[in-house]
Amino acid sequence: MSNVSFEQALKKLEDSVRRLEDGSLDLEEALQTFEEGIQWSRQCHLRLAEAEKKVEVLLKADREELIQVAFNLDEDA
Amino acid sequence: MKDIPFTVELEDEEERPQEPPRRDSGGPGVPGDPGGPDVLTVGQLTRRIRGLLEEGLAHVAVEGELSNVKQAASGHVYFNLKDDSAQVRCVMFRAAAAGLRFEMEDGLHVMLRGRVSVYEQRGEYQIVVLAMEPRGAGALQLAFEQLKARLEAEGLFAPERKRPLPFLPRGIGIVTSPTGAAIRDMLHVLERRFPGMPVLLAPASVQGTPAPGEIAAALRTLGEIAPRQHLDVIICGRGGGSVEDLWAFNSEEVARAIAASPVPVISAVGHETDFTIADFVADLRAPTPSAAAELAVPVRGDLLTLVQDFRLRLSQRLDDHLSLRRERLAATRARLESPQDRLEQLALRLDDLGERLRSSGRGMITRWRERSGSASARLKLLRPDRFNRLHAETLKELQRRLQPALTRHVASLRERLGAQAELLDSLSPLKVLGRGYAVARMSDGTLLRSAGQTAPGDLLNLRLEDGQLETEVLKVLPAEPAALEAGREKQPPEGKSGGKTKGKPGGKKRK
Repeated sequence: MSNVSFEQALKKLEDSVRRLEDGSLDLEEALQTFEEGIQWSRQCHLRLAEAEKKVEVLLKADREELIQVAFNLDEDA
Repeated sequence: MKDIPFTVELEDEEERPQEPPRRDSGGPGVPGDPGGPDVLTVGQLTRRIRGLLEEGLAHVAVEGELSNVKQAASGHVYFNLKDDSAQVRCVMFRAAAAGLRFEMEDGLHVMLRGRVSVYEQRGEYQIVVLAMEPRGAGALQLAFEQLKARLEAEGLFAPERKRPLPFLPRGIGIVTSPTGAAIRDMLHVLERRFPGMPVLLAPASVQGTPAPGEIAAALRTLGEIAPRQHLDVIICGRGGGSVEDLWAFNSEEVARAIAASPVPVISAVGHETDFTIADFVADLRAPTPSAAAELAVPVRGDLLTLVQDFRLRLSQRLDDHLSLRRERLAATRARLESPQDRLEQLALRLDDLGERLRSSGRGMITRWRERSGSASARLKLLRPDRFNRLHAETLKELQRRLQPALTRHVASLRERLGAQAELLDSLSPLKVLGRGYAVARMSDGTLLRSAGQTAPGDLLNLRLEDGQLETEVLKVLPAEPAALEAGREKQPPEGKSGGKTKGKPGGKKRK
């Protein structure tokens, strides 16, 4: 579940909602579907929250070795 | 050719006029010795021609059409420049040819600059081309069209090569100048739409000679580290500028680097109206760098709302499921209590019915009472003492009239009865029997109409005018066709079987 993309998680969440809305599930299935839906929505939130503010610039150090440093827009402005 | 050694010696002294009469050396019309003009070797002549040409035509600019363009393995390009009336051989050495932004091809109309030179060994003169420019369309435009046509033919622009952008990239790689307006615009848009989206900038010059190489290298670098850095899309571009400024994005090197990128590339070069080769190769063309950033990420707030909305629906639908089942449970439990309930219902119903019975009984009695009351009232009105006196006269009169009317009526009836009886008598089958016929019936009472209805041993009842006979069939003799007509007329029905049954009057006794 953890290497699923946001889009896939969102699709799963949507599926859960639709199945539950369909109303033909028995109680066990409905509870299970709900639980899964909650899991997927948690995944979605996770994916959205995961991104930390991080803008970096690649610098070529000696010997073609790449390093990444924070890129500050204001300095260059 | 035997005297070459001599002439060579002589040639070596070329610059020193040896012989006074030949002041202007090589002058064809100079009267010389009795032997005519100086005899030159081919080499001497050629060298003289070369000197004349290379001095006199050191800088030429010629316009014409390219033909027979050939690039040698060395990298030098050989071709002819021609017009309607003449042609001249040309060579463009590798270094000069490499600086061209377009490719030389037959039929191309060009203006070139160079110097005239002579290739002694062949005795040919040619132009050593130093610079060349297409006429008509600009050189850049031509280069653009040529590269575009070539890459398109290779299938680099094919729609099926275009990869879809990820719905939400985990990170974004950007190839552009770290100091330009483009990177600022893009970062602002990214921050606005999706705060915190990881961005990795691979800096590159975006104009000037090193630009194509740097851009291509940056693309390759990002492509290499994309899996580790979770870069799901790359934006490659720069802000607006002149056509020359944007030229790096029309280079083959950049085009091929974009095509080779392992992650989808959004091109974002200049303004809406600028189209570069990079735009055609990229998986998606954005009109500007800002637009590229918009295309690269969705709006985070929208996604959060969407997820919240789904989650709310999940909860609501689960509630629906639960309350539906609660209701069903309540309804079912209610039905479990029903035996008690049912008894009460039955008791109620019983009471109700009893009440209705009693009340309807009372009603009946009342109605009977009313009816009998009204009957006795009417009875009183009909008291005979009053009635008799009132109608005695009328009664007498009626009695008087009744007798003759009755007599007349009876006579009329009797008359009609007699007529009917006569009619009946004339139609009676008994009359027919009186004429000697008999009616034969089967034992079940069926009227016998055909000999075929019987079989030997059947019991028949024969009715004559004055009595009946129980008989038994001894034999069935179908009438012969010829005799049929006659037989029908002459023989009465009883002749067939009756004659033979006479001896068995007690047929009935045999059952």
